[in-house]
Amino acid sequence: MILRQVFRRPAALVALLAAGLIAVTGCGDDDSASAGTSGGSGGDSTLTLVGYTTPREVYEEVIPAFQATPAGEGIEFEQSYGPSGDQSRAVEAGLDADVLVLSLAPDITRLEEPGLVDPTWDDGPTKGFVSTSAVVFLVREGNPENIRTWDDLVKDGIEVITPNPFSSGGAQWNVAAAYGAQLKAGKTKDQALEYLRTLFANVPVQPKGARESLQVFQAGKGDVLLAYENEAKLAQANGEPVEFVIPDDTILIQNPIAVTTNSGNPTAAQAFVDYALSAPAQEVFAKKGYRSVLPEVADTYAADFPEIPGLFTMDEDLGGWKAFRDEFFDPDNGYVADIFADRGFSQEDE
Amino acid sequence: MGVAVLYMSLIVLIPLAALTAGAFEGGVGEFWEAITGDAAWAAVSLTIQVSLIVTLINAVMGTLIAWVLVRDRFPGKGIVNGLIDLPFALPTIVAGLTLLALYGPRGPVGVNIAFTKAGIVLALLLVTLPFVVRAVQPVLLELDREMEQAAASLGAGPLTIFRRIILPNLFPAVIGGCGLAFSRALGEFGSLVLITGNIPFQDQVASFYIYSQIESDNRQEAAAVSVFLLVLSLAALLILSALERWTSRHAR
Repeated sequence: MILRQVFRRPAALVALLAAGLIAVTGCGDDDSASAGTSGGSGGDSTLTLVGYTTPREVYEEVIPAFQATPAGEGIEFEQSYGPSGDQSRAVEAGLDADVLVLSLAPDITRLEEPGLVDPTWDDGPTKGFVSTSAVVFLVREGNPENIRTWDDLVKDGIEVITPNPFSSGGAQWNVAAAYGAQLKAGKTKDQALEYLRTLFANVPVQPKGARESLQVFQAGKGDVLLAYENEAKLAQANGEPVEFVIPDDTILIQNPIAVTTNSGNPTAAQAFVDYALSAPAQEVFAKKGYRSVLPEVADTYAADFPEIPGLFTMDEDLGGWKAFRDEFFDPDNGYVADIFADRGFSQEDE
Repeated sequence: MGVAVLYMSLIVLIPLAALTAGAFEGGVGEFWEAITGDAAWAAVSLTIQVSLIVTLINAVMGTLIAWVLVRDRFPGKGIVNGLIDLPFALPTIVAGLTLLALYGPRGPVGVNIAFTKAGIVLALLLVTLPFVVRAVQPVLLELDREMEQAAASLGAGPLTIFRRIILPNLFPAVIGGCGLAFSRALGEFGSLVLITGNIPFQDQVASFYIYSQIESDNRQEAAAVSVFLLVLSLAALLILSALERWTSRHAR
């Protein structure tokens, strides 16, 4: 009855819509608070793991193994996988999560400010990282273009596939690898930036994410795909007609793991993170193609993971993600945004 | 009426209002800057361009297909008729994957148009196919054949009949279908994931630009471009529906 009365009068309808609008736009501040009080997901014995897509099959083995330990007994798991940035934003917007496994540290640090992750998440012995890998060159079987070094990528006629670094946070590892490798090779900053410019001139396709890039490459586009070592190993293990080359200088990809502050069962969540960092779980990572964060496990599997002479990291060699992102990916004056913008102008000139 | 309005509010109006509010968070100036930025504008204008092409092709081919389905008899007609709706049922990313396999670098057809504007047009044609066909089909079914017969008995050739009798009757439906197809093409995402190069200034369409802005945490910019697309869509639908009414009034 009330509804009918409301809707008979247009003014009331407008008021209702306005109220709805205010409710929607005004609730921004409450989001984190309500997420904070509502606690973790469904009861104490269920943990929700929110992760990026790639390590799914690792966790499909690690989780049952954890459940077989005393700490994990009786703990049920719900799992959600998706692009790292999307997952992080979903948690920020109120998706219940107990454990986060994401592709790069900024997707965790983003959650520090709304209070969803404790700022000490990266204080542990592995600095918050659960797995590592490296940026490598995935090439066609037999390496027909004989691609060995970063310099080979900028030769005339070589087509390089890498995801659009603005659509894919993970693709920023590739840019960091290419840039850092130039510095490692003794080039100046300007020369390294110039290298990025020539590199992107050889990129005919920038799919939106790593998965799409792999699909595009498998469909026959491009001579080399900038990929992660673990994914390259997986593609090879799946019998794809590809092989990969580890460049002498490349970046160590570091994937973070963290517990949320609003977990319904922080003890169990922390126990799971501890287990993921223990030797049995790390062996699963190693078998699936990741470089282990535990020295003793890394040693055991050393034969599978050739040592990379010029390995560098984001934090020690490139100034950390925050500075790097501001410098390279700021939409207005980041270096990479500039490279793309110049490309626009040169196209207009043509 | 009340139920309809409440439902519309919850599902459509309030989310759209929230989006619009987000777009204007930084004021009108920032909204305008967001749309007219180089990369944004390149993506938006490319999107409008391909959407127009797609709409025009749809207008012609959709009408033709509807005609064949209504007026011609051939074995398997029921199946073909069912196939028309498949693009609606197919997850759009599957459509993209299929197109990449067929018309990509390793396609059996030997035509490689993936990662070009032609590839975008092709994917959009696939997902917008049903709109014009399904709009025109019922009108054609209802069309009184006696009108055509009368015209023929008065000495009109097939071309004249088509131009003077059939086309004016179909026109409103074609326009209605075109409006939907155009709007859909403006916002299409899934089927393009694997078939565009997603390179700014080259073949990045607006929906991908929006996605990249969201991924880079520029929600306001993403919202601004979305609202612009929305307004464009709405304008197209309004203009076309006005045109539709006008032509249906003047057809007879």
